[in-house]
Amino acid sequence: MGFDPATDYPIGTVRPELATTPSGLPLAGITLAALREGTLDPSDVRATPETLRRQSEVALAAGRVGLAENLARAAELASVPAELLLEIYTALRPDRSTAGELDEWADRLEELSAPLAAAFVREARAAYAARGLLASGERTTV
Amino acid sequence: MRRELLISPLPELGLVAMEGPNDPEPGLVVEDGRVVALDGKPAEEFDAIDRFIVAHGLDLDAAEEAMALSDVELARALVDVDVPRKEAVRLARGLTPARLARVVSSLDPVEMMFALKKLRARRAPANQAHVTNLKENPALLAADAAEAAARGFAEIETTVGVSRYAPLNAIAILVGSQTGRPGVLTQCAVEERRNLQLAILGLVTYAETLSVYGTESVFVEGDDTPWSKAFLASAYASRGVKVRFTSGGGSEALMGRAEGKSMLYLEARCLAAIRAAGSQGVQNGSISCVALALSVPGGVREILAENLIAAWLDLEVASGNDAIASHSEIRKTAKLMGQFLPGTDFVTSGYSAMPRYDNMFGGGNYDADDLDEWLTVQRDWQVDAGIEPVGEAELLRVRRKAALAVQAVFAGLGFPPITDHEVEAATFAHDSSDVPDRDRAADVVAGDRVLAERIGGLDVARELDRAGFADVAEAVLGMQRQRVSADYLQTAAIIGPDWTVRSAVNDPNDYRGPGTGYRLEGRRWQLLQSLPHELDPRELEEASERADEFLEELHVASVENGSDDIVVAVGPAFGKELRNTINGLAHADVLDSVCGGIRDGGARPRIVRVRRSSDVAFIGHDGARLSGSGIAVGLQSKGTGIIHRADLQPLDNLELFGMSPLYTLDSYRAMGRNAAGYALGRPVGPVPTVMDNYARARLIVRTTLLHARETAAVVPGAPAVELSLVGARA
Repeated sequence: MGFDPATDYPIGTVRPELATTPSGLPLAGITLAALREGTLDPSDVRATPETLRRQSEVALAAGRVGLAENLARAAELASVPAELLLEIYTALRPDRSTAGELDEWADRLEELSAPLAAAFVREARAAYAARGLLASGERTTV
Repeated sequence: MRRELLISPLPELGLVAMEGPNDPEPGLVVEDGRVVALDGKPAEEFDAIDRFIVAHGLDLDAAEEAMALSDVELARALVDVDVPRKEAVRLARGLTPARLARVVSSLDPVEMMFALKKLRARRAPANQAHVTNLKENPALLAADAAEAAARGFAEIETTVGVSRYAPLNAIAILVGSQTGRPGVLTQCAVEERRNLQLAILGLVTYAETLSVYGTESVFVEGDDTPWSKAFLASAYASRGVKVRFTSGGGSEALMGRAEGKSMLYLEARCLAAIRAAGSQGVQNGSISCVALALSVPGGVREILAENLIAAWLDLEVASGNDAIASHSEIRKTAKLMGQFLPGTDFVTSGYSAMPRYDNMFGGGNYDADDLDEWLTVQRDWQVDAGIEPVGEAELLRVRRKAALAVQAVFAGLGFPPITDHEVEAATFAHDSSDVPDRDRAADVVAGDRVLAERIGGLDVARELDRAGFADVAEAVLGMQRQRVSADYLQTAAIIGPDWTVRSAVNDPNDYRGPGTGYRLEGRRWQLLQSLPHELDPRELEEASERADEFLEELHVASVENGSDDIVVAVGPAFGKELRNTINGLAHADVLDSVCGGIRDGGARPRIVRVRRSSDVAFIGHDGARLSGSGIAVGLQSKGTGIIHRADLQPLDNLELFGMSPLYTLDSYRAMGRNAAGYALGRPVGPVPTVMDNYARARLIVRTTLLHARETAAVVPGAPAVELSLVGARA
């Protein structure tokens, strides 16, 4: 059964079978009983990349292009370990990384099947270079 | 007003609200599908913000159309009831920051309010609460969070005095909020990285303080760029956590780097960057810098304008009103009306649910002590501003339950205990001076443990369940489920107690003119108007003690002779259906005092009941026409008195005593004495009048009810009857 982003929202109400955890646990399986049994893994209680992609489609269907792009990036980053996310965020802050280091992060994201996020980091790297926001204070003319 | 500073504009420092002399001319030059100039700046001079906006925040197709429209055409689209929100939003996709600012600047306050009402993203307004306290006492945080949730707040925000407290404060309001009402969103405003950690653990369910600034220099001083901020937002979303950004007019000026631009123009840049980052929403409306915006002319209008731009850009808006705007209650509430009356997605981005003494945001523009007034103003206007009335018994119930619940969680996780004394104190506390001190050194160690051991939302739910708080455990678990479906990541999402997600997607603002859109009516209006301190007027009626009748009706009254005969004329219900004046004096005592005063003055009183009118002037005048001296004292049941004379016009008088709540028995005795003086031709000094200008506000309801009963006893055209005091001298 296909997903219609214009009508299948909220996913948790209209298409709950589509909203599972990464391990495949359905929404209805996140219960006190499962908690008591000790079968719930905290790191599993979050959205899958598929769910985030669908939410991106919902946003796009509602005409919200920016939010759709944000959620598409999020879908990619869902598979990226949390510690790495925090490292990349820190690396993107002003005066933290050289151009080379940002390029490395972009490559790493490509390897993690996050091409949108990778492109985003490359775009940042170009802007930082032009605006003196890189670690060594490199400034190139554009 | 002298406690705060008003200044004339100083554009060089960015101390100008809108339409600043250094603001750029709007413009967009596109060559071969590439933007080569934005608002007068060529591409090679773009700063990081310009680059970001151009890369992600402009729809060039919409731009071609929108930038070709005049300001007036765009402004009209905002206030034209027949232009749908969708259309206005579509045009905004192609507008540059300077254009957005200039178009909105052409609207006056009423036009802006109407446009905001049209452009709000979600159908119904909601509200956000601050919950903090000076001692960072977890039991009090939980109790206050439960109360805020019970009062209908859709979101609760806390923060820290000491940053290592963050995990504990997050846990306290998570537990408290879900005790008050499942589905309330909670956040802990701390440094970005720490904030993200808490979100990943499931201890907060949304984040808001992703701050954005309108000049590159300030942005960088805030240790971020548009890219890092946008990445952070995507990082939260990747963990299924809702986020909104924060911006606000005046922040760049405060940081000393406004580059000579106006507050509104720089805020328009912020909002364009926020839209470009793909945020679902923004907290804006000057926020912490509100007093700076209010120091210059047009500051309140500027703040409304920035809320409007945000809504026009299709963002959820949490519209400030959190930081103290002014020392003047009049001024800050005048400002509030700009968001209150149209309704925004969150009318405040931080109503202080506790007294502002405990507000750790340096806020508390409206606090716990203002709740009665806020609720009353909602009722006055029939406007929903997101706060609900709750009775004291229910509030105490949820407060105690929340304190007990967080006590159980602390115990289960091996944190420094919350004592039974703390629970009791937190339940009834007005502020943190009512709760005992804790060992803060031990608490921060527990806070560190949360991050080190990755204690998260599921652990909190488990401890709640083990301690017997299954319903609160369910609610905490329910919030974790939201991160799996991620439905609440859509624009302007809030979550109902039955886990329904309402956002701009499935509950959009569909206002298209009178009779459409969200209106406060039906059950919700019933709820919001029925304040705990509202009384049933039927219960207010004089429950007159059915004491013995003290007046006997004799016969129809006739004119008497005798120049010392003074009539005391009483109203139709005097001493009958009604037995006391409005301030509780017994009619028998009042009559006794008036008659006594008349005798003191050397005249003879005669008591008559006027039946044909309840008006004090006609009562007094009818009495005067029956009186041998031509002088009468008239008395309404509520205590209003008059000294009249037969040859005067009915609505004229010798003396009028209209301040019935203020009279004592001595006052009535003096009225009698003066009447005797008029009758016997002596010079009379009027009884001194007192004024209480608040008397109407305080008593007009009771006055109305009393007078209605007197008027109900009127018999049209009936002659006056002579009365005698039962068993007393004539």
